[in-house]
Amino acid sequence: MIWVNQVVQGILLGGYYALLATGLSLLFGVMRIINLAHGDLAVVGLFLLWWLHDQGLSVPAALAVMLPAMALAGILLQRVLLERSLRSGVLVPLLTTFGLAIVMQNLLFEKFGADIRSVDIGTFAYNGWKITDEIYVGHLPVVTFCVAVVLLGALQLFLSRAPIGRSMRATAQDPDTAELVGVNARAVYLVAAAIAVATAGLAGAFLGMRTTFDAYVGPTQLIYAFEAVVIGGLGSLWGTLFGGIVIGVAQTVGAQIKPQYSILAGHLVFLAVLGWRLVNGAIAARGGFRAALGLET
Amino acid sequence: MLRVEQLDAHHGLLHAVRRVSLEVADGETLALVGANGAGKTTLLRTIAGGHRASQGRILFDGVDVSSLPAHRRVRLGITLVPEGRRLFPEMTVEENLLVAGRGNGEWNLGRVYDTFPMLRPLRKKRAATLSGGEQQATAIARALMTNPRLLLIDEASLGLAPIAVERVYESLEAVVGGGTTVVLVEQDLGRALAVSSRVACMLEGRIVLEGAAAEITREQVVEAYFGLKRRNGKAVQQ
Amino acid sequence: MNAAQGLKVERWTPLSAVATAGGVALLVALAFGPVLFGANALDNLTELYVYVILAAMWNALAGYAGLVSVGQQAFFGLGAYAAVQLTNHGVNVWLALALAGLAAGAISLPTSFFVLWLRGGEFAIGMWVVAEVFHLLVNLDHSVGGVTGTSLIALSSYDPVERRRYTYWLALASMAVLLAAVFVLLRSRLGASMQAIRDDEQAAGSVGVRVLRAKLVVFVLAAIGCGAAGAVWLAGQLTFQPNSYFSVQWTAYMLFMALVGGLGTFEGPIIGAVIFFAIQNQFGEEGVWYLVGLGTAAVVFALLLPRGLWGTVEDRFGIRLLPLGYRVRKLGGGRAPSTSPRVAAESELT
Repeated sequence: MIWVNQVVQGILLGGYYALLATGLSLLFGVMRIINLAHGDLAVVGLFLLWWLHDQGLSVPAALAVMLPAMALAGILLQRVLLERSLRSGVLVPLLTTFGLAIVMQNLLFEKFGADIRSVDIGTFAYNGWKITDEIYVGHLPVVTFCVAVVLLGALQLFLSRAPIGRSMRATAQDPDTAELVGVNARAVYLVAAAIAVATAGLAGAFLGMRTTFDAYVGPTQLIYAFEAVVIGGLGSLWGTLFGGIVIGVAQTVGAQIKPQYSILAGHLVFLAVLGWRLVNGAIAARGGFRAALGLET
Repeated sequence: MLRVEQLDAHHGLLHAVRRVSLEVADGETLALVGANGAGKTTLLRTIAGGHRASQGRILFDGVDVSSLPAHRRVRLGITLVPEGRRLFPEMTVEENLLVAGRGNGEWNLGRVYDTFPMLRPLRKKRAATLSGGEQQATAIARALMTNPRLLLIDEASLGLAPIAVERVYESLEAVVGGGTTVVLVEQDLGRALAVSSRVACMLEGRIVLEGAAAEITREQVVEAYFGLKRRNGKAVQQ
Repeated sequence: MNAAQGLKVERWTPLSAVATAGGVALLVALAFGPVLFGANALDNLTELYVYVILAAMWNALAGYAGLVSVGQQAFFGLGAYAAVQLTNHGVNVWLALALAGLAAGAISLPTSFFVLWLRGGEFAIGMWVVAEVFHLLVNLDHSVGGVTGTSLIALSSYDPVERRRYTYWLALASMAVLLAAVFVLLRSRLGASMQAIRDDEQAAGSVGVRVLRAKLVVFVLAAIGCGAAGAVWLAGQLTFQPNSYFSVQWTAYMLFMALVGGLGTFEGPIIGAVIFFAIQNQFGEEGVWYLVGLGTAAVVFALLLPRGLWGTVEDRFGIRLLPLGYRVRKLGGGRAPSTSPRVAAESELT
């Protein structure tokens, strides 16, 4: 039964990872950019939330301020950095976002120091429902999961029904032709970036409520988000939820085996999925293993 | 309506369009012909804004649109149906149409489906699964949804079966009949001359022949097309 | 181009002959370092050689094969780890340090099965995951002290002067061998393949370039190089703490050096390493602002000066110091049509 509890916790944790991965998935889907600063953006949002709360705002109020601020930050990021990077080839976006990540981490450290913090939400952090003697679901994880599902659903609806969402899909598939039928690709990218960074901030908020954090937790969050996106299938929003759950469950089950195995388990599952999927595809595409390795002429 | 002045366009070091000047009047249909690589596609794309000109001006209704991005030109009324259709593959036919316009102008979904009746049953079909002819119809319909005053069509018949070409041109005639100005790049000389009021022929980036379709003979077009010159009564390569 | 015009394709020019000879002479001269320099200088040079190796390897991956790796610290750490393990199992410490690079290279082979199929950002983060996996696995290994790490005790049995000398020569030799390897690689057909891959992978594949094979060679070479660098670092530091060796900070350094020096050039990484070394020694104590500076520089260079310092010099003045390209020359006096550097550069196939 203890395993069932771990799986349940893993599924709920997956909700957080899905939330975190949404922005990464969106930017990749629309702009083909992997934003290496994504995790650190989540942490920036988190620090902003923490700081606002520290200044006296209630957590919900701070959230209400932080999210639009992050959306604005996304627009700025796109305008100043990503737009130019996009035009310069595949390498440049990776280099600039990585550089940006380093800058953000260290600026946060400079401003907030090395103290470990968390967002104080009182008893909400550990209250929950007892399902059975062995299974206990906390309020926070459930809320996180629900928020993730609602967000993904809303985003899916937005992309399929809303005119801007349609334009976004068109731009993702063929930006040049989209322009030729009247879509302002630049504006579309700004909207995508705003949504991506705002959702990153939201995920950051839940991170801070769930656990402790400091200025340097960004990169690990990026890795988890990336793993969730890849497992779920690049470009699929609901796939991101699935991917998040897989990572979450791998981690919680791994933790049950031995606490130090937790994160490693997640990585190993990711590599296994990657290896299996890629080898399968590559073998099929190239007509066999030997051909794929260039052993046949 | 459209005036192109001394337009130059390059692909890297390749000089694709050389000092081209052109005028298209309201309501005209201009056929742009020429061999592959003559610069027709580049010219059309540059007029539509999908390619940057290196020199020269493009005037639309007297307004200089040379530095406007493509989507702004669409707002002003210049729309291109690109070579190779270029539909959004993962979107349905109807979604492809709706991206271009919500249908609050002269052209809306209803009128589009009336003009291209073959598309009505295909509304919810993914664009990637359509046949060549269906894709071409969708591409033209999509351009129409932007309510263009100047419609640029690049190679409407490329890669299509004869019967599909037939249907495309039937619908095209309805469009032309409606008063839209059209510039048509077409490999099929016969069709080009049949549907248009004026003809221009391009060779190696320049316009080498221009005139009313009724006045120009087929022989003249063929000669210009291949860059032949009459010498002692015989057509010779320049 | 007309054969009748008498054109000659050549690889060496007077300038490149001089430059190459000069480079080799410099390496030979540096071998006498322990005789010429004091302890401090030797330590500094050793550190510099490590940076050169790391920069050259990262540049080979990103600048030539188009593979941006955010996880080369995996092999840096594995090199050091291998050296520790080999020594623990009785191998002579200097032999262990020399073999460390090859050990890292060996591990890179199975690793490549997982990541080499990935493109762009996926490869970047995929390598990061790989680095994290190796980091975590090494943390679990108690024979090297787990998270707390251990020291290369075997080295302390050597006299410090001797140790410094051997470390210096190990570093210099590693750097020379690896730079030579990159040089040979670039001059070979594989080098041309890699350029093609970097420019357009699909097109390259369609003309018969064995894309995966080329990438694999560079991948393994880079692993060997980073592993060797890790071993040298260990010899200099004496302590092995997984957290420090497997830190993504190393990627930040490599990225900076290769980018600022000149991605896709041979000389660039060397220049980048020198600059980095200078900055590191000047500002390394400034803590976070130093890192902010590095990150900002990376962003600025990537956006405004993507060819890096040396790459920009090469482009503007049309010079090529080393015989890594091809020159087309008109026989019977003078060069090809235009003398303007830009066109001359374009008539060269690099």
